[in-house]
Amino acid sequence: MNRFCLIFLGIFAIAAVSWSSLVFSNQRAYGAITAHYDENEGKAFPQPAPGLAERGKLVYQDLGCAACHTQQVRRPGFGSDQARGWGERQSVARDYLYEGRVLLGSMRLGPDLRNVGARQGDAAWHLQHLYDPKLVNAESSMPAYAFLFETRQIVGQPSAKALTLPASHAPAAGYEVVPTDRAQALAYYLATLKDAYAYPETSNVYVEAASKEGEQK
Amino acid sequence: MASASRTATAAGSSASSSGTGRAAQAAIDASARGPVLLFLVSAIAWLLIASGLTLISSIQLHRPTFLADCAWLTYGRSQAAGLNAAIYGWGFNASFVLVFWLMARLSQAALRVPSVLIVAGLFWNVGVTLGVGGILAGDSTSVPWLEIPTYAAPLLFVAYALIGAWALVTFRSGGSGRIFASQWYLLAALFWFPWLYSVAQVVLFLQPSRGTSQSVIAAWYSHGVSSLWFTAIALAAIYYFLPKITGKTLRHYDLASLGFWTFLAFSAFAGTASLVGAPVPAWTTAVGVGASLFLIVPVIIIGLNHFPTLAAGAAALKSSPSLRFILVGMIAFTVSTLAWIVTSLQSVAVTTQFTLVGSAQTQTVLYGLFSMVAFGAIYFLAPRLAQREWPSLALIGAHFWASTAGLVLCVAGLTLGGLAQGAALNDPAVSFSAMASTLSPYLFMNSLGVILLAIGHLAFAVNVVRLVLQTALCGAPTADLFREAPSLEAAR
Repeated sequence: MNRFCLIFLGIFAIAAVSWSSLVFSNQRAYGAITAHYDENEGKAFPQPAPGLAERGKLVYQDLGCAACHTQQVRRPGFGSDQARGWGERQSVARDYLYEGRVLLGSMRLGPDLRNVGARQGDAAWHLQHLYDPKLVNAESSMPAYAFLFETRQIVGQPSAKALTLPASHAPAAGYEVVPTDRAQALAYYLATLKDAYAYPETSNVYVEAASKEGEQK
Repeated sequence: MASASRTATAAGSSASSSGTGRAAQAAIDASARGPVLLFLVSAIAWLLIASGLTLISSIQLHRPTFLADCAWLTYGRSQAAGLNAAIYGWGFNASFVLVFWLMARLSQAALRVPSVLIVAGLFWNVGVTLGVGGILAGDSTSVPWLEIPTYAAPLLFVAYALIGAWALVTFRSGGSGRIFASQWYLLAALFWFPWLYSVAQVVLFLQPSRGTSQSVIAAWYSHGVSSLWFTAIALAAIYYFLPKITGKTLRHYDLASLGFWTFLAFSAFAGTASLVGAPVPAWTTAVGVGASLFLIVPVIIIGLNHFPTLAAGAAALKSSPSLRFILVGMIAFTVSTLAWIVTSLQSVAVTTQFTLVGSAQTQTVLYGLFSMVAFGAIYFLAPRLAQREWPSLALIGAHFWASTAGLVLCVAGLTLGGLAQGAALNDPAVSFSAMASTLSPYLFMNSLGVILLAIGHLAFAVNVVRLVLQTALCGAPTADLFREAPSLEAAR
């Protein structure tokens, strides 16, 4: 193997086939996925996320939440995703159609968050949880994100956004804990994060995957 | 082909002396001195930074309150910053050291206009500094292995373009006429990285591709960099140093080209195996799993090249610290590739996916294989660049044992912890807090390992800094150190 041209051509050919099959052909295939128009509801799904949720997602990205949390529900029979109540159906490609940055994640030190909004749809719960996870689960192993909140002196009327904290976490008298814009955006994002719509392909996958024998084959 | 292989084998075992004398060799080494020293010193600075950040994030795994009030060092950021400092700071700078040393020596070519490389090296390191700083400041992209914010990426790309082009110029300007196995792997790595990096930057960030095709591309990128950059460069170094240090010709060298092409072809497609179960086209993951299974072929062939050669020259293990590091790297290559094959099987992935087993895998490739081989290579080449002996043999020994023990602790802790985590995740009755307390001892074991690694890196850094300072301060190096002491050139 002493011919530079041959070695280079071989390396080039493998790179070209790898790119065209895994990257380029997938880009083309995904280009063909369209939104699903539901005539009964008069809407197309998936629906684009509201602006505040998009801003919250940027906070999710910046804090590296994906280091411990996935955003994908696997099919029944592969892991315990459904048994843990992470989603009524598995995630499908169409769910992520309008996401500018897809954060499937590859580590589960915490629960999957793809449908966390269906479990906890209250942004106030998420604010408490972010301020100190032990407020909602004494055993939680999630770090606190208190730096997303501001402890400040109450001037005049207390803020309507101030957290209501138990005595163990309450600030000094005359002070209040107020979420920053970033905390509010993140809490809103989490509270609205869910794939509620059942696409035709999800029901197909569901039936097939539910029969365990066929799947083992 | 057969006769060509035999001559190439001879070239491998005595690359430094075929056709050129010791003086020509010293001239070639001298031309590489400036850039290689710059890359070496930057690599070590990043190694220490990465060790610190990794220590912080590994402690946070079992003590979530540790530094939690500091936004810059919250786990999601410290973990990503540590990984990127290790990959682009330590890993790539060390790779450049190996690339230029091996290219210059194997091609028998002096580096031309080394100042270009110095400029490129500075650009690269400014880019990595911006990138790691950007992650800590909150500009991470959150795409695994590509967390470096998009504003730092052009710097990295331009710097790499210069470095890669210079490596090719060095290769083509050479006078050796033979292309040895190390050079195949180097050429593949030099070509693959810019391809992977530019495609990933364009279709993930500039013109984001739709939906979960992004995840396919991210998996293609991260496995590509892991196997076709880091593994390829480590293999190139093993192919060079193994015959050189043991003084034995490579065994079964006729098979090496088959090993190379199968390694390249199957690694190029194996990355998507990690996406099994994800909402991506099923054929994509099937291709990944299939290619992963076939990786057994290059593992066997490369093992047939390496292990019998080492066995024939095992006596050199006593005298050469470099060879001891390289032996750990050879074992890590076999173990990590076999582990990748096994975990790509669906029946195993159902337990190991999304667990610390993945981190153990990354640690085995980046640290066990690449870093250990890079340490071994640096222990061999730095004295030849500086024309000076290592200041302390004890520190080399400390580095080897701290790194090896740390590596074993980390990989064992993460693997055992990952298996426990997988079992816990698959049992819906086990809560996440219960899982966290199960994992705690394993994560503690991992932190101990990270501390040992950091101690080893300190010993390494002290030795290198002393060597560089002695060379800089004590004036004229002993230019005939290696000529008068032929025992140091074990291959001759």
